[in-house]
Amino acid sequence: MAAIKLPVVITANDLLSGEAVYWHLSGVWSTDLTGSKVFESLEQAQASLQRVVSDAEVIGAYLAEVLEESNGLVSRHYREGFRARGPSNYCHGKQESLRQKVAV
Amino acid sequence: MYAYSEFDRAFVRDRVSQYRDQVKRRLNGSLTEDEFKPLRLMNGVYLQLHAYMLRVAIPYGSLTPMQMRQLADVADRWDKGYGHFTTRQNIQFNWPRLIDTPEILEALADVDMHAIQTSGNTIRNVTTDQFAGAALDEVADPRPYAELIRQWSTDHPEFQFLPRKFKIAITGGSDDRAVIRAHDIGLQLIEVQGRIAFKVFVGGGLGRTPIIGQQLHSELAAEDLLPYLEAVLSVYNVAGRRDNKYKARIKITVSEMGIDVFREKVEAAFERLRPAFTGQDLSVLGEIHADFESPSFLEKSQDVYFNALDSDTQFRTWVERNVNPHKHPSYASVTISLKGHGNTPGDASASQMRVMADLAERFGHEELRVSHEQNIVVPHVAQADLPEIYRQLGKHGLATANIGLVSDIIACPGMDYCALATARSIPIAQDIALRYERRESEIGDLKIKISGCINACGHHHVGHIGILGLDKAGVENYQITIGGSAGNDATIGRKMGRGFSVEELMPALDRLIDRYLALRVDPSEAFVSTVQRLGTTPFQEALYAIDKAA
Ligand code: HEM
Ligand code: SF4
Repeated sequence: MAAIKLPVVITANDLLSGEAVYWHLSGVWSTDLTGSKVFESLEQAQASLQRVVSDAEVIGAYLAEVLEESNGLVSRHYREGFRARGPSNYCHGKQESLRQKVAV
Repeated sequence: MYAYSEFDRAFVRDRVSQYRDQVKRRLNGSLTEDEFKPLRLMNGVYLQLHAYMLRVAIPYGSLTPMQMRQLADVADRWDKGYGHFTTRQNIQFNWPRLIDTPEILEALADVDMHAIQTSGNTIRNVTTDQFAGAALDEVADPRPYAELIRQWSTDHPEFQFLPRKFKIAITGGSDDRAVIRAHDIGLQLIEVQGRIAFKVFVGGGLGRTPIIGQQLHSELAAEDLLPYLEAVLSVYNVAGRRDNKYKARIKITVSEMGIDVFREKVEAAFERLRPAFTGQDLSVLGEIHADFESPSFLEKSQDVYFNALDSDTQFRTWVERNVNPHKHPSYASVTISLKGHGNTPGDASASQMRVMADLAERFGHEELRVSHEQNIVVPHVAQADLPEIYRQLGKHGLATANIGLVSDIIACPGMDYCALATARSIPIAQDIALRYERRESEIGDLKIKISGCINACGHHHVGHIGILGLDKAGVENYQITIGGSAGNDATIGRKMGRGFSVEELMPALDRLIDRYLALRVDPSEAFVSTVQRLGTTPFQEALYAIDKAA
C-alpha cells in the first residue's frame, strides 16, 4: 500500500447500522466527517487507532486521508468521499440525514 | 411453483433462530466481528460502504405475488422503501440495521424465502431463463431441474467448503437467456430422439479472468444429472486450488488441467458415484415436475389486443420491445423494465413491487420472475390483457419500452454501495440512459454492461459494450470492451485501450456509437453484428480519435 498521506482521521462502520462513522474531537463516534479529530502525526493517529479499534460499537476502524479546505474537512480519495456523503445515484442515505441536519 | 415441504420450512426456521441468537451474542459482545462475520455471511448479511446489505435468494428467479408483497413490506418496514434486483436473479436490501436482520429473515421465512447460501464457497442459487415454462423456443422447462439441483446442493455435507463459490445456470430454450457459458457449470436442455438430455458446459466465469465455458458432455441423459454434477463437484473439490483465491474457481482448474483430462476424471468419478443414486433422485424429480405444471391457460378474445396494436403506437412499441412470444398462441410473456431513464437499474420501490404483484395476480397466473438483466417478468399473460397491463404499468412508472436497448443496462452496485468497488457504475448507467433516451430506438439492440471493479458482477465482459470502472491514481477511470456477447455465441469482449475519465466517457461512447451508425449495413444490423463483421479496429479508432488529433 502507498504511504499514508497526512492529515488523517479515524473512521469505521457503526455496528448497529453499518454506517460510516468518524472519531470526533469530543471523543465519540459520529456519522459526520465534520468535527472529526484530525491527526497531523502518523504516530499519534496510530496510537489513537489502537485505543479505539476494539470499541464495541464499531467495526473495522482505520485511518482515512483528509484535506483541510477553506470550507471544511473533505476526504482525499473519492471512495472516502462517498462514504462521508452517501450514495451518489440519488439523494438518500447519509446525504439525506446530513441535509436535514443543515435544514434545521 | 415449487411448494416448500415441512422439512424445508423447519430447516429455514431453525437457521433463523440460530442466527437470531448469533446476532444477540454479537450485540452483547460475546462474539467478535471476526467470529460473527462468517455467520452473518452464511445468512446473506454483508457489510457494505454505508450499511449492511441483505441478499435474499430467489430460487431460479421465481416469485409469487405473495412473496413480492412481503419483499415490499420488508422494504417499507426495515429498509428505505425499495429493493434492488440483481443479475443473480436475487434481491438485495441496501439499508437493513443489523438488529433487524433476524426479524427480516423471519418475515421472509413466513413466505418460504431465505438468504441461505447466497454467499460463501457453496453452490449458489441456480439461475435460469426468465421465460422458463413459457417460451416458445423451449425444449423443456428447466425449473424442475433447477429445483432438483437446489434440493441436492442445499446443505450438501461435502460441498459446504468448496475451494470457491460455485454457480450453475440452466436454460431450456434454444436461445440461451441464462448466459450458461459464463457459469461454473452451464446446462442446456436438448432433445435427443424424443428424450430429454443436457449439453453440459464447464469452467465459464467472468471476474478477473473471464473464460467462456467449454463443452464437457454433448448429451448427458437427464436421469444422470445429479450423479454427473456430483462427479464434477467432487473432482473440483479435490483438484481446485485452495492456495490462491484468484485461482480457485473451477474455470482455472479446467484450464490448467485441460478439458480432456478433466473430463476423464469426471467420467471416472461418475462411474464410482452413480451406483449410490438408486433412483430416489428421480422420484423426487417426478414430484417436483408436478409442482411446475403449466397454469390452465384461458381462451380470451384477442380483439382488444389487436385494436390496441392498430390504434396506439406507444403500446405497439412497448409490445415490440417488452413482450415475448409464448408457447401458447394467445399468450405472451411481459418484461417489466426496471430501467426507467435516469433511475438506478434494478431498483423497484415498495409500491411498484405491490403493483407488479397485483398484476401477476390479476392477469399472470400468480407468477413473477426476476431476470438476470435486472428486470421483472410476468411469464404467462393472455394477449387480450396486455393493453390493461400496459395502462397499469404506465401509471406507476413501469412501462418503459426499452428492453434490449441502450438504456436497458446491467450495472452492479459499484461504489455507491459496494465495499469492494474501485469506481461507481450506477451513475454511469444513469448518464448513458438519459443521454441516449431520444436516440436509442434508432440505435437498436445494444447491450451495455457495467461493473465497478474487476469482480465483474455487472457482466461487463459479455456486454456488446462493456464498461469497467477502475481507480487510476485516485481518479475514477473507465475501461471499455466491445464485441462481447452473452447468448449462444458467448464471447468475451475485447479491451480497447486506455480508460476514460468520467468526463471523457460520454463523448467516447458518442464516437463509438456514431461510428457504428455510419458503418452498419442497415438498421437491422445490430451493433454487435457490425463489430463481428468488421472487427474492432474501426471502433477502436473512433474511441481514440481524440488522441490522434491531439
Ligand atoms: C454488493 C455486494 C457484492 C459483493 C461484495 C460482491 C462480490 C463479488 C466477488 C468478490 C465476486 C468475484 C468472485 C470470484 O471471481 O471468485 C463476484 C462475482 C459476481 N457477482 Fe458479485 N458482489 C456483490 C454484488 C453483486 C450484485 C449486486 C450482483 C448482481 C447485480 C452480483 C453478481 C455477480 C456475478 C454475476 C458474479 C460472477 C462473476 C463470475 O462469474 O466470476 N454481485 N461478486
Ligand atoms: S463488480 Fe465489484 S463493485 Fe461491482 S458489485 Fe461486484 S464486487 Fe462490487
